[in-house]
Amino acid sequence: MATTSHMFMYSLTIQPPTAVTQAVLGQFAGTKEQQVITASGSKLTIHRPDPTLGKITPIFSQDVFGIIRSLAVFRLAGSNKDYLIIGSDSGRITIVEYVPSQNRFNRIHLETFGKSGVRRVVPGQYLAVDPKGRACLIASVEKNKLVYVLNRNSQAELTISSPLEAHKPQTLVFAMTALDVGYENPVFAALEVDYSEADQDPTGQAYEEIEKILVYYELDLGLNHVVRKWSDPVDRTANMLFQVPGGADGPSGVLVCAEDNITYRHSNQDAFRVPIPRRSGPTENPERKRTIVSGVMHKMRGAFFFLLQTEDGDIFKVMLDMAEDENGQLTGEVQGLKIKFFDTVPVASSLLILKSGFLYVASEAGNHQFYEFEKLGDDDEEVEFSSDSFPADPTAPYEPVFFRPRPAENLNLVESVNSLNPLIDSKIVNLTEDDAPQIYSVCGTGARSTFRTLKHGLEVSELVESELQAVPSAVWTTKLTRSDEYDRYIVLSFTNGTIVLSIGEIVEEITEDSGFLSTAPTLAVQQLGEDSLIQVHPRGIRHLLADHRVNEWPAPQHRSIVAAAANERQVAVALSSGEIVYFEMDADGSLAEYDDRRQMSGTVTCLSLGEVPEGRVRSSFLAVGCDDSTVRILSLDTKNMLENMSVQALTSAPSALNIMAMADSSSGGTTLYLHIGLYSGVYLRTVLDEVTGELSDTRTRFLGAKPVKLSQVSVQGQTAVLALSSRSWLGYSDIQTKSFMLTPLDYAGLEWGWNFSSEQCLEGMVGIQGRNLRIFSIEKLNNNMLQSSIPLAYTPRRFVKHPEQPLFYIIESDNNVLSPATRESLIRDSQVQNGDALSLSPAEFGYPRGTGHWASCIQVVDPINSNEVVFTLDLDDNEAAVSVAVVPFSSQDDESFLVVGTAKDLEVSPPKSKGGFIHIYRFQENGHELEFIHKTKVDDPPLALLAFQGKLLAGIGPILRLYDLGVRQLLRKSQAPVVPSTIVGLQTQGSRIVVSDVRESVTYVVYKHQENVLIPFVDDSISRWTTSTTMVDYETVAGGDKFGNLWLLRCPNKVSEEADEDGSGAHLVHERGYLQGTPNRLELMVHYYTQDIPTSLHKTQLVAGGRDIVVWTGFQGTIGMFVPFASREDVDFFQSLETQLAAQHPPLAGRDHLIYRGYYAPSKGVIDGDLCEMYFLLPNNTKMTIAAELDRSVREIERKISDMRTRVAY
Amino acid sequence: MADKLRTLQNLEALQARYIGTGHADTTKYEWTSNIIRDSCASYVGHNPLLSYMSVGMGDSKEKVRTMMLEKMVRGAGNPPETQE
Repeated sequence: MATTSHMFMYSLTIQPPTAVTQAVLGQFAGTKEQQVITASGSKLTIHRPDPTLGKITPIFSQDVFGIIRSLAVFRLAGSNKDYLIIGSDSGRITIVEYVPSQNRFNRIHLETFGKSGVRRVVPGQYLAVDPKGRACLIASVEKNKLVYVLNRNSQAELTISSPLEAHKPQTLVFAMTALDVGYENPVFAALEVDYSEADQDPTGQAYEEIEKILVYYELDLGLNHVVRKWSDPVDRTANMLFQVPGGADGPSGVLVCAEDNITYRHSNQDAFRVPIPRRSGPTENPERKRTIVSGVMHKMRGAFFFLLQTEDGDIFKVMLDMAEDENGQLTGEVQGLKIKFFDTVPVASSLLILKSGFLYVASEAGNHQFYEFEKLGDDDEEVEFSSDSFPADPTAPYEPVFFRPRPAENLNLVESVNSLNPLIDSKIVNLTEDDAPQIYSVCGTGARSTFRTLKHGLEVSELVESELQAVPSAVWTTKLTRSDEYDRYIVLSFTNGTIVLSIGEIVEEITEDSGFLSTAPTLAVQQLGEDSLIQVHPRGIRHLLADHRVNEWPAPQHRSIVAAAANERQVAVALSSGEIVYFEMDADGSLAEYDDRRQMSGTVTCLSLGEVPEGRVRSSFLAVGCDDSTVRILSLDTKNMLENMSVQALTSAPSALNIMAMADSSSGGTTLYLHIGLYSGVYLRTVLDEVTGELSDTRTRFLGAKPVKLSQVSVQGQTAVLALSSRSWLGYSDIQTKSFMLTPLDYAGLEWGWNFSSEQCLEGMVGIQGRNLRIFSIEKLNNNMLQSSIPLAYTPRRFVKHPEQPLFYIIESDNNVLSPATRESLIRDSQVQNGDALSLSPAEFGYPRGTGHWASCIQVVDPINSNEVVFTLDLDDNEAAVSVAVVPFSSQDDESFLVVGTAKDLEVSPPKSKGGFIHIYRFQENGHELEFIHKTKVDDPPLALLAFQGKLLAGIGPILRLYDLGVRQLLRKSQAPVVPSTIVGLQTQGSRIVVSDVRESVTYVVYKHQENVLIPFVDDSISRWTTSTTMVDYETVAGGDKFGNLWLLRCPNKVSEEADEDGSGAHLVHERGYLQGTPNRLELMVHYYTQDIPTSLHKTQLVAGGRDIVVWTGFQGTIGMFVPFASREDVDFFQSLETQLAAQHPPLAGRDHLIYRGYYAPSKGVIDGDLCEMYFLLPNNTKMTIAAELDRSVREIERKISDMRTRVAY
Repeated sequence: MADKLRTLQNLEALQARYIGTGHADTTKYEWTSNIIRDSCASYVGHNPLLSYMSVGMGDSKEKVRTMMLEKMVRGAGNPPETQE
C-alpha cells in the first residue's frame, strides 16, 4: 500500500444513466427488423422495438468507458446490415457492428486521429455519413474536419481509408449533415461561422457583420480529395440542418432551421422559407420566436416528409412541393415548402420513425416515449403555411404565423419507458417497514416532473386471487399425462384433507373420481411415467393409474411419511423413523421399492430429487436434509445405491431442498445446483458436481425471518427458483450476464408457491397467502428496480422529509415560466375580450413561457398512504425557491419548522438576483399543511440551509450566518465569510460544519459555542465545483462536482483535534492563512470520474444486514455506490483483475480505461466495479485466460465479483 | 543551436495544430478568448454538463448548445485597440 491511498472503494453502478444523448435507427442484425441504438452516458444500448406488442425492450447494453458524443449509422451499398460509427472522447473513430448470434457489439475499425478528451479542435462532436455509406465526416466544434472513405475489400470486409483533411481555422461549426446526392461524389453540408475578423476588429463592427454560412464539402472520390465546393450565407440564428432526399428520391439539398424560420437550400435550387408557427392563446407571448430543437426526415415509397420539433415540444410536418412538367413527371425542381402543426410530444434529443409505423422519442427529460402513428396528418383541418407567402431572403421581414395547439390526433402513446433523467435530488429511507430502504427521488423538468419511489424488486402481474374456505398448507399443479402441454390439476393440501381442482376455461373443484385421497393432507404430487399420477400422504403413497386403478403403498406400521420427493421416474420418501425408502418406476409403469432402506442419523426434514436428465433413466442424486443441520447427497446409481456421496454442514436445519439445473455464467451452459433453504431464513446455493456429487461454491443470502421454502418455476423461458420466506424471492440468471440474481417480488408474502402453466398463462406461478390462492406471473426480468411516480408541478430543486411523518416537502421552480397568478390574470383579460378559454394539460404542452418570470411552489407529497401531492403552496412576487430545510428551534421548545430559501428575480446566467428571502412555515395537520409564519430578507439567495444546534445556519453568498427564530423575522446570531465564492451546501456533525462552495471545493468550519464564532480552519487545494456532499465520518466528507467526479476528502488528524480543542478558538483565528486560504489543507483520499454529475450522496445501507456504503445519484439518472474494501487481499485481487480486463478487453470506443476514470484528476483509491463486471460478458476463452493469469478459477472470480455487489446491494 | 531551432519548430507546429497553445507574447485578450472558447466547447461536448445547465436555465438543450456556440463566436468581446 506504499504508493497508493490507504482507503479503497469499489465503485459500482446500481442503475445506469437513463438520459439518451443520441438514438439511432438501423437494421443492425442484418435482418429486415429495425433496432434502436441509444447512447446514454458511457453506455451503448441496443433496443428491439416490438411492433405487435407496441413495446421497446433493451436487448444488450455495454459500457464503453468513454464519453459517447455522437452516433451515426451507415450501410455499404448492396449490403443489408447497418454499421455504427461512434464519435467519442477517445480521439479515435470507432466502427462497430452488432453480432446478433452472440448478442454482443464487435469493433471492426478503430482509427486514431487526435488527442483524447473532449476538446475544442479534436473531432468527435459532429458525425455525418454519406447516405450511400461511401464516406463519413467527423468534425470538431472548431476548425477540424476529417473525411474517411468507407469501402469494402475483395473479401467483402469493410475498409476505412486514412483521413482527408478539410480544416478551416477560426471557424465554428453549428451543425453538420451529409447531403443525399445519389451516386455522385459525396457532399457534406456544414453551418459555419468564421470569427477571425471579429477577433481583429476593436470597433466591434466585424462582429456585427458576421455571417453564418452554409458550406458544402465535396469528397472527390476520383482525386481522393476534399474541396469546399459551395458556400452561401444563411440566417444568422441557424442552428440545425436536415438532409433532403436526393438522387431518385428527391431534389437533394438541406433544410436550414433557424430561429422562427426554416429554409430549404441547395446549390442549384432557389431558396424557400417558411416561418415556424407560434402558439396562439391568451397566455402566449405573440413575440416569442421558436427554434427547431430536433427532428427527423422520413422517406417512404417516393415521398418524404420531415417532422421537426420546437422547444415547446410541438412537432411540425414539413413537406417540399416539387415542380412537375406537362406530363406530370417530376422535374426535380423545388417549388415551395409547406409547414403545418402535427402533434405535441415531449422535447426530444432524438426522434426516430420506424418503418413499422412507430415514433421513438428519446426525451430530453423524463420518460422516453414510444408512439404509434395513427395517421400522418395528411388530410386534417390544420392550417398549412406555404413558402409562397414568405420572402426567401433571410433578412427580409415577414408577418409571424400562428396555430392552435390541440391534443394529439396523429400519434398514440403505446409505451412510456421509465427514465429518471434528470435526477435532481434523492433520499434513502425506509418508510414502508420492509427489510431494505427505498430510494425516493425527484426527477424531470417542468410539468413532466415526478416524485419517484424506487424499490428493489420484480414486477408481478396477478391473474387470479381467490379466497378459500380454509387455510391451505401447500399447493401443487400437475399434468395428467407426460404429453400434456399444460397443467391440468391444482392440488391443495389442508391440515386434514386434500382438494383437487381442474384447470380449464374455469378452475373448479373435482368432487369425485379424481382418485386422490381427500381425507389426508398431501406431501407431494407428481405425474409419473406416461400417464399415471402419485399422491404422497403421511400414511402412504397412492399411485393413480390411467385406467382409474389405484395402487397403494402403505407406510410401515407406527411410522408415517414426513418428507417426500419425486420426479417423473423416481420417488423417495422419508419415514418418521429416519428411514429413506426409494422407489423407481418399472418398465411396466409400476413403482418398485428398492430393497434396502437407508437409515439416516436424525429426522429427515426435506428431500429433493433432481429432474431426470434428458436421455437418462434416473436422476443420480437424492439430497436429504436432516435436523442435525446437514444436507447429504445420496447416490441413486445402481452400483452404490443410497450411499453417501457428500455432505454439507449448515448453520441451521434445512427446511427445503431443490436440485435443479440452471444457466451458469462460468461454464456457459447449464449446471446442476442444489438450493437449500434453512429454518433460520437463510438461503444457500451450491454447485452439485454431476459426476462426483460433490458440493462446492456455496453462496449464502439471508431472505427473511421465516423458514425458507423452495420451488422450481419457469420464468421467461428459463428455470428459476422461487424462494419464500417473510418475503418472496426469485432466483434467476441475469439475461445479459447469466450471473445469478436473487430479487424480491413486489407481492404479498407467500407461504407456498409452485409452477403453473395453462393456456392463458404459459409461465405462471401459483401461491398461497393466508387463505388466498393466487396465480401470478413475472413478465420482466431485465428490470429489478421498481418505480412508482407522482407528478409534480414544476422542476423540483430540492426536498426534505418531515422529521416524523412519511411526508416529503419538495421545492420546485421553473425559469422563464409564467406564474399561476400571471397566467390567471392573462386568461381573465382574454375572457373579457373574447370569452374563449382553451385549457391544455401542462404535462403534455408545458407551461406558457415568459422571459424573466419564475413559477415556483412548495409541494407536500405523501408517497406511502395516499400516493399523491397533498398540499401545494405557490410562491408569488417572482420568488424562486432555492433551498429547504427542517429546523427544530430550541427557542421554540424544539418545535420543527420548514425553512425555505428563495431568490427574488433570479437570473441564472450570469448569476444575478435582487436578493432573497428565508421563509418560515409551521407544520399543520401532522405536516399535511403548511402555515406561513414570516419571511426575512437577505442580500443574496440563501442557497444552503441547515439545522444546527437548535438554530438555523444559512449560506448567503460567501457568508455563513447563524439565525434564531424571532416573532417577526429571523434574528442574526453570528456570521462569518467562510468561502471565497458562494455557499451551495452545508453538512454538520457536532460543532463542525462542512461548507461547500460553488467552485472552491469544501471548507470545514468550527463553531465555538462560548464565543459564538464560526471559524474556517481547513479547506481544499483543488477547486472543485461542488454539487453535493455528505459526511461519511467526523473527519471525512464525500462529494461530487459538476464535471462528474466523486471524491473523498479527509481532514488531517492533528488539524481536526486542534480545531476541537476547548477554549476560545483564538489559536485558530490567529493562525496564519496559507496561500489566501485557511491555515490547513484537506487530504484527498479517493477520486473517481463517473461522467454523470452527482446530485446527491448518502452514507447508508441498501440491503438488510449489509454494510454502510456511499450511494450517489447522478443527474442523468445514474444510481451508483462506493463500497469500502475490508481487506487488502481483495484490493490486490481486484486491482489485478482490472488490469487484466483493461488489457484483454479494451473499452469499445478506444478510450483508455485508466485515463477515462482519471479524466480531470488521476483516479485514486477506487476499483472500477463496472469494469470488473465486464468479466461476465467475456467469451469463455478470455475468461479462462484472465483466470489463469490471476491463478484462480473462473467460478471463483465470478463469485468474488458478484459477492461485492450482492453483499451490499442488488 | 540546432536543438533550440527544433524546439522552436516543434512549438510552432503545436501552435498551428492546437489553437490556444501560448507563446511569449500571448495577450490577455487572446488568453481569455481561448479560455472562454475552450470552456464553451467543453460544455457543448460534455452532455451531462449541457443538460445540467439547460435544466438550470429552463431552456432546451439545443438552445443552450446554440447559445454556447454563439458565445464562442464572441469570445472575450472586441479586441483591445492596438497601439502602433
